[in-house]
Amino acid sequence: MAERDTPTVLTEDPWRSLRRYTDARIGLGRVGVSLPTRELLAFQLAHAQARDAVHLALDTARLVGDLRGLDGLAEPLLLGSQAVDRDDYLRHPPKGRTLSDGDATGLTRGEVVPDLALVIVDGLSSHAVQQNAAPFLRALLDQLPPLRLSAPVVVTQGRVAVGDHVAERLGAQAVLVMIGERPGLSSPDSLGLYFTWAPRVGFNDARRNCISNVRPAGLDYGRAAARAAYLLAEAQRLGTSGVALKDRSTDDAAGLTRDHTSFLSLPPA
Amino acid sequence: MSQAYRHIIGQQTWIFASLAEVMAKATPERAGDRLAGVSAGTAQERAAAQMVLADLPLTTFLSDALIPYEADEVTRLIIDTHDAAAFATIAHLTVGDFRDWLLSDHATPAVLAALRPGLTPEMAAAVCKIMRNQDLIRVAQKCRVATAFRSTIGLTGHLSTRIQPNHPTDDVNGIAASILDGLMYGAGDAVIGINPATDNVAQAMRLSHLMADIIDRYDIPTQSCVLTHVTNTLECINGGAPVDLVFQSVGGTEATNTSFGFGLRDLAEAQSAALSLDRGTVGRNVMYFETGQGSSLSANAHHGLDQQTCEARAYAVARHFDPLLVNTVVGFIGPEYLFDGKEITRAGLEDHFCGKLLGLPMGCDVCYTNHAEADQNDMDNLMTLLGVAGVTFIMGIPGSDDIMLNYQTTSFHDALYLRRALGLRPAPEFDDWLARMDILHSADGFRLSGGLPDGFARSLARVARHG
Repeated sequence: MAERDTPTVLTEDPWRSLRRYTDARIGLGRVGVSLPTRELLAFQLAHAQARDAVHLALDTARLVGDLRGLDGLAEPLLLGSQAVDRDDYLRHPPKGRTLSDGDATGLTRGEVVPDLALVIVDGLSSHAVQQNAAPFLRALLDQLPPLRLSAPVVVTQGRVAVGDHVAERLGAQAVLVMIGERPGLSSPDSLGLYFTWAPRVGFNDARRNCISNVRPAGLDYGRAAARAAYLLAEAQRLGTSGVALKDRSTDDAAGLTRDHTSFLSLPPA
Repeated sequence: MSQAYRHIIGQQTWIFASLAEVMAKATPERAGDRLAGVSAGTAQERAAAQMVLADLPLTTFLSDALIPYEADEVTRLIIDTHDAAAFATIAHLTVGDFRDWLLSDHATPAVLAALRPGLTPEMAAAVCKIMRNQDLIRVAQKCRVATAFRSTIGLTGHLSTRIQPNHPTDDVNGIAASILDGLMYGAGDAVIGINPATDNVAQAMRLSHLMADIIDRYDIPTQSCVLTHVTNTLECINGGAPVDLVFQSVGGTEATNTSFGFGLRDLAEAQSAALSLDRGTVGRNVMYFETGQGSSLSANAHHGLDQQTCEARAYAVARHFDPLLVNTVVGFIGPEYLFDGKEITRAGLEDHFCGKLLGLPMGCDVCYTNHAEADQNDMDNLMTLLGVAGVTFIMGIPGSDDIMLNYQTTSFHDALYLRRALGLRPAPEFDDWLARMDILHSADGFRLSGGLPDGFARSLARVARHG
């Protein structure tokens, strides 16, 4: 029955082969103008997986183990934000931007202040941090000039701005926050990088530079590290970050090509 | 400013210390106002605040600035551009009377259009708070706002869509594949607009060229936009890029916009630069703004106001620059501001109503994130309600899944559902192009022809051979 009826109600899209260029849900086909059942159910499953990913806790022991394996870094520090659990975190963003009182007090300026604080935050996807933070840091260490790095600071139930709190406590000249981005249906594992020069508690996003979608299937570690190193060098030169620091990293550094010609730009004749 | 507002219900006297408190506590419940600590403590307190609000003369909002004139350039813009002559029509009304008047047959589309310069965002926000969802829909239907660049957006009986062909690495063929998918489903008459994954000037220039090539080659009556910072777009224009529309996220307080890294002067400079390129064919609206409840609180720039009032004030910023499109990205900000489908739905209808009442070409990114208590059914409901309300445009993404920004919005299929359910056609110039290309026939029950037009088929055949 189904085999006989399917060809008459389902219209396939002849451009579905273009899916080799993108993970976007193109060429889904249609029944009338609506989604075919197979696509509807595939979407429902992806949404269910992303919903579950939001609530998966970071395996801090495993992450610390991975970080210990990196040459040139001190023993990782493990801290928590003021949010007591996931629900508290989701409903009260300010709590995720501030270290818990005990952890804030315990984090103090050493004899040598770091040039760059490295802060790893679970954010909305522990999966992203678990998979990508250590390999990204390995690539970054290869690309940074000699400078004083903080011990890697891991913050759970944290948001981007908690990096400012950590950096201020350490007296760091700059901070790089590595944080799990909100999980998408096709990319539950995107790591976001936020760079701030002279970080202070209360800074807003205009003071930050963002590098998004760091993961093997997105912006790869080497390119992301090159861009982060570029931001640090530019910030050292300009004495600022954020909107005033335009990312003019060269094609080589950013991994971009100047080419803007797509298959649709080809002459139709 | 410090005048107290009172309301007595039975034995209970409700006291509100300021206009801001009345506004906030009269607002239908939502997470962001709870987070800010400004929402009503009980359901009865909310009802009392709504009664106080309904009794306030509209003139209150001209004399009692929610954010001081001296402290905020958005307040100065609102006060300095207020048209007392246009306001005269409703100057004698209270907020409650204003709701009655808006729903009455006196408030015709022509009368509402003439009123706009006399309305402040705070008046729109106030009346919105005492309107039910059906009121927001009904009055919005009467607000007609048309704008134009290469297509004419917002005509009655029409619905436009943005193709949002985002790609996590800005891959040109990945982006082009999503653009093709959208065009073949009849989408893209509002704009082809890319959120770049890599946000720098060189990338924005490259993406501008990518889209301009496609629009030129297939002679598509639409416009392109790279959703990058206004100062980046200005550099693109100075660098010779083919910029159609200037994008910026805008908020309703000066401090919000400072956190976004711009001021009103930057918008004026960019608008002027885009106009100097003279790339429109049927109109000269060159700005594309995005807004969303919660942005001011998120930037700690809300001055103790509720998020819906801040949002309405953002529309004062937008309307000063004659935008082609304004989009409230209603569910993107997350559950700490709009917790679930119910709050997202209410906010979407509020934003659309306030925007339209103030004269904006208001669209809505009907959307949610994976950490919000919402799903596709909530989006189906909101998009249908907005379609009935006459929303100017919605987003279009392959299969609802934005693989770069990691959230879900409306799909190309969704827009076609709305067209068929409500009889809404694309912008006329684009509608003609779709019929000419044998893609979509609006006059024939919004029928998709199913094939590929010759030019597109040749491009596809070429990559099939070489790819």
